[in-house]
Amino acid sequence: MQTHTFKPDMPPPKQAIGVLAWLRENLFSGLFNSLLTLFALYLLWLIVPPLINWAIINADWVGTTRADCTSEGACWVFIQQRFGQFMYGFYPSELRWRVDLTVILAIVGAAPLFIDAMPRKARYGIAFLVVYPLLAYWLLHGGFLGLDLVPTSQWGGLTLTLVIAAVGIAGALPLGIMLALGRRSDMPAIRVICVTFIEFWRGVPLITVLFMSSVMLPLFLPEGMNFDKLVRALIGVILFQSAYVAEVVRGGLQAIPKGQYEAAAAMGLGYWRMMGLVILPQALKMVIPGIVNTFIALFKDTSLVIIIGLFDLLNSIKQATTDPAWLGMATEGYVFAALVFWIFCFGMSRYSMHLERKLDTGHKR
Amino acid sequence: MQNTANVPRRGGSVLTDPKLRALIFQLLAIAAVVGLGWYLFDNTQTNLEQRGITSGFAFLNNTAGFGIAQHLIDYTQTDSYGRVFFVGLLNTLLVSVIGIVLATIIGFLLGVARLSPNWLVRQLATLYIETFRNIPPLLQILFWYFAVMLSLPGPRQSLGVLDSFYLNSRGLYMPSPGLSETFGLFFAALLLAVVASVFLGRWARKRRETTGQPFPVLVSVLALLLVIPGAAVLIAGNPLVWTVPELSGFNFAGGWVLIPELIALTLALSIYTAAFIAEIVRAGIQSVSHGQTEAAHSLGLPAGKTLRLVIIPQALRVIIPPLTSQYLNLAKNSSLAAGIGYPDMVSLFAGTVLNQTGQAIEVIAITMSVYLAISISISLFMNWYNGRIALIER
Repeated sequence: MQTHTFKPDMPPPKQAIGVLAWLRENLFSGLFNSLLTLFALYLLWLIVPPLINWAIINADWVGTTRADCTSEGACWVFIQQRFGQFMYGFYPSELRWRVDLTVILAIVGAAPLFIDAMPRKARYGIAFLVVYPLLAYWLLHGGFLGLDLVPTSQWGGLTLTLVIAAVGIAGALPLGIMLALGRRSDMPAIRVICVTFIEFWRGVPLITVLFMSSVMLPLFLPEGMNFDKLVRALIGVILFQSAYVAEVVRGGLQAIPKGQYEAAAAMGLGYWRMMGLVILPQALKMVIPGIVNTFIALFKDTSLVIIIGLFDLLNSIKQATTDPAWLGMATEGYVFAALVFWIFCFGMSRYSMHLERKLDTGHKR
Repeated sequence: MQNTANVPRRGGSVLTDPKLRALIFQLLAIAAVVGLGWYLFDNTQTNLEQRGITSGFAFLNNTAGFGIAQHLIDYTQTDSYGRVFFVGLLNTLLVSVIGIVLATIIGFLLGVARLSPNWLVRQLATLYIETFRNIPPLLQILFWYFAVMLSLPGPRQSLGVLDSFYLNSRGLYMPSPGLSETFGLFFAALLLAVVASVFLGRWARKRRETTGQPFPVLVSVLALLLVIPGAAVLIAGNPLVWTVPELSGFNFAGGWVLIPELIALTLALSIYTAAFIAEIVRAGIQSVSHGQTEAAHSLGLPAGKTLRLVIIPQALRVIIPPLTSQYLNLAKNSSLAAGIGYPDMVSLFAGTVLNQTGQAIEVIAITMSVYLAISISISLFMNWYNGRIALIER
């Protein structure tokens, strides 16, 4: 009997594999597409070579003064010389180790929370959230337990940006959750109060809130009770941000099926235990990506404190560019600021996307 | 959410009655809010008395006494603070409107580019979006203003295009139109064309509804709008007289000028917001399932009509709500003008006027109400539009 023997497969046609086929498919699949490709290439050619020339090839990297910047390109010497100011503001240079230590403690302390196999994560997380702020306040502000006092007027640079963002979200999160619960409440008075609060803060720009906290808050408070400028800004940021957090959390609360509420009530749980044990754990888990996005927005918004004269990263750089010894460094300064902000925001947005994938445990069909 | 409210109670204390507890709780909350309000009000009264500030809006009639770089209505230093308010409001609205239009155009283009079959275009659009949405808008404004606009050459070395547009560190100079005596005729012709188009549109729809015959409305309307006013121009001559800016002394004279603050602000805001709009548009288009396209094709609709009649109406439904909040964000972000001294609501009113008069409460209250009003009107308009295009379900 004759058996059929398979012949070896033919190689795929040349036009369907390799670089050429990829190019044909993705860049030159038609007349319009080819024109688009050529146009995009032209744009790239216009932008990229001058940019690389300016930022790398023709740039000055070493030196100490403006006189060392002789070439056509960027003068990174400026950034190098002022790096300390951009990071720490006017924090006394011999005490800057305290800022460094605060950051290192935050990283080391928070690291276990990102390890999946870590046991008793929730308990550790709560302990960290209670202990760390006290520790950070002691390290940054000092004034007791053997550390010298550094008034907040000396804080600045990236340190201040991070402090505002961290305190802002830490304060806004609990307040936002309460507001979201209030907005979903059965009690009309509570609901009206919460809706008014949320819609008011969402309707005004942060800048007017900061103006308000700097010029109106002193009028609101009794004589002799005076907050420092940073605390006033923080109050404004927390109130503003809590409204946005509330809307994100409300989204989560609405997504919880009604059966969960009814089941919790049937178990005899009261309101707070129903929320704390059944509803919020599910709702918050669902909205973590949304909260991270709110945090990114907050991080970008911290730059507005420039308006009320706090020296965050952006304002430190802006001030440095008006220094007579370094005139004409605006581009370098702002590019550096943009890079720092971009790294933080991009990192967080990637993390939020990662969380979204990780936490997607079947609420969607 | 609690279903215990309607359960009749047997025994137990009155204090455990959910209805009564809810009532007490609400009364307590209202009392707390009122108490806090009264406390703040009382403190404010005391503080104002001590500082000798009289509250009230009488200061709006006082003379402002400072100049403003850009005003859309007539304004001199002798005008009142009330007029400063309108100057600031109009400047804010100007930036918001230009910004919204530009951001929508750039955003839609980028959103479509993100879905392009062309790999290079797709990557470039992604690069743009990831770059600009992760940089604070204030930083972008400062960059465009200090690093770009102010480092442009002076008026004598302006970058000129067609000998009528000039860009320099003092702004963008462009020709301004003025009415010539034949403008009336041109305007009448334009009006005629518009009226004719409306009637044509109605007639075409009626004909389509009764006979099913389509009529090329778009082309004929374009033709009408071009031919009738065009004929008027040919017969009577140019309806507009253009004043071209010319270098005289150290600066340009004549024509319109966009001040550098305005250019920096609108550029930064529209570039920043466009990145967000692009993502919204991409998500909207992707939300229309491919089956819709296939169904439209199998009904015999050509590609253009598929897009116009099937894909876009469904995508818009997903796009509109988040787009609204981006428009609101842009309007609110226009207050960042204070960072570069563009004379908008915040920098004029909450900045200069507040410093001059010291009427902190009134000034901040007015400023905040303006933004609240802008936010509410944009969201009302978009809600109306959204309601109009929303899916009408059974």
